[in-house]
Amino acid sequence: MPQPNQLSNKNWTILFFTWVIVTISTLGSLFFSHVMEFAPCVLCWYQRICLFPLVIILAVGLFPFDKRVVAYALPLAIAGWMTAFYHNLLYSGIIPQELQPCSQGVSCTEKYIDLFGFITIPMLSLFGFTIIIALLIFLKKRISQNEI
Amino acid sequence: MKYKIFAGTCLVLVGLFVVTSLYYKKEQAKMYGFMAQNNASTFVRDHSQTLGDDDAKVFLVEFMDPACETCAAFSPLVKQMMKNNPGKIKLILRYAPFHDGAEYFVKILEAAKKQGKYWETLDVMFKSQPYWASHHNPQPQKIWQFLPKAGLDLEQIKQDMKDPAIVKIIEQDLADAKTLNVRKTPGFFVNGKPLETFGREQLYQLIQSEINAMY
Repeated sequence: MPQPNQLSNKNWTILFFTWVIVTISTLGSLFFSHVMEFAPCVLCWYQRICLFPLVIILAVGLFPFDKRVVAYALPLAIAGWMTAFYHNLLYSGIIPQELQPCSQGVSCTEKYIDLFGFITIPMLSLFGFTIIIALLIFLKKRISQNEI
Repeated sequence: MKYKIFAGTCLVLVGLFVVTSLYYKKEQAKMYGFMAQNNASTFVRDHSQTLGDDDAKVFLVEFMDPACETCAAFSPLVKQMMKNNPGKIKLILRYAPFHDGAEYFVKILEAAKKQGKYWETLDVMFKSQPYWASHHNPQPQKIWQFLPKAGLDLEQIKQDMKDPAIVKIIEQDLADAKTLNVRKTPGFFVNGKPLETFGREQLYQLIQSEINAMY
């Protein structure tokens, strides 16, 4: 039976790792908009609204380690994931372009990058949110197992 | 300990961001500097027909096809923009004869250039286009009845059309169109910037933004 201290250390590390992912995603998003000067479309902004606060929320949850952090972070991550999922549907043309909510300004289906022929920015976003959600749920399970 | 790990990670990530940004900006500047030197000739060739002031700072490059209806529709629009901004816009015409048989009309245009009647001839072509450029039944020969309106010596045109140099010009323009990813006509570039979504208003805005940037 591991010591409670070790267990909480491991939980802290998982949360810290999640924070690292969130922060890398945020910096990556800022890199696209500020360094590469790709204007974010409306859907991108909704995803950013869900992503950027996680940097702060998760950091606050780290010091001191707060078990409730998942409850605050997970809804944001899920909202971001759903927007990203919708964005990917638009991007890949599964939902016709006419239905997109952003006909003015920057098009949500305009393709900026196409790494290795298939990686797009909305795909990176969906991938990021998926990892964040998976890690948060994993952390939640560990915490509730501990409490029993 | 945890604080140190956290602070250290913050520093590393932000440091990476800054370093990558600086590197990216530097590479971009290098690339664009290179493009500016090498790319200019892709937009404007020595043989290209131009209209407007030589001191103009806004270069409007149009890849066009004499048999293309939209090119004909855009022609008065472009002239109006040039009139509204005197001395600021220089129009450079490039050929992208994508319609079947459109090279025939390019040959007439280039022959007319030798008589100093290029723009008059293009104007006559665009205005008479519905008579000879029908998609179902193109009749290039019908152009000849309209050409005298441009004040051309038709016999001379028929001679000059055979000049193999014209074929070279068309080949060069088509090659440049391919390089610049022009797949439809008219294909517009304003100071090297492509018209990203097609339309009158978009062209107007792109030209206006370049005028604002340059003057």
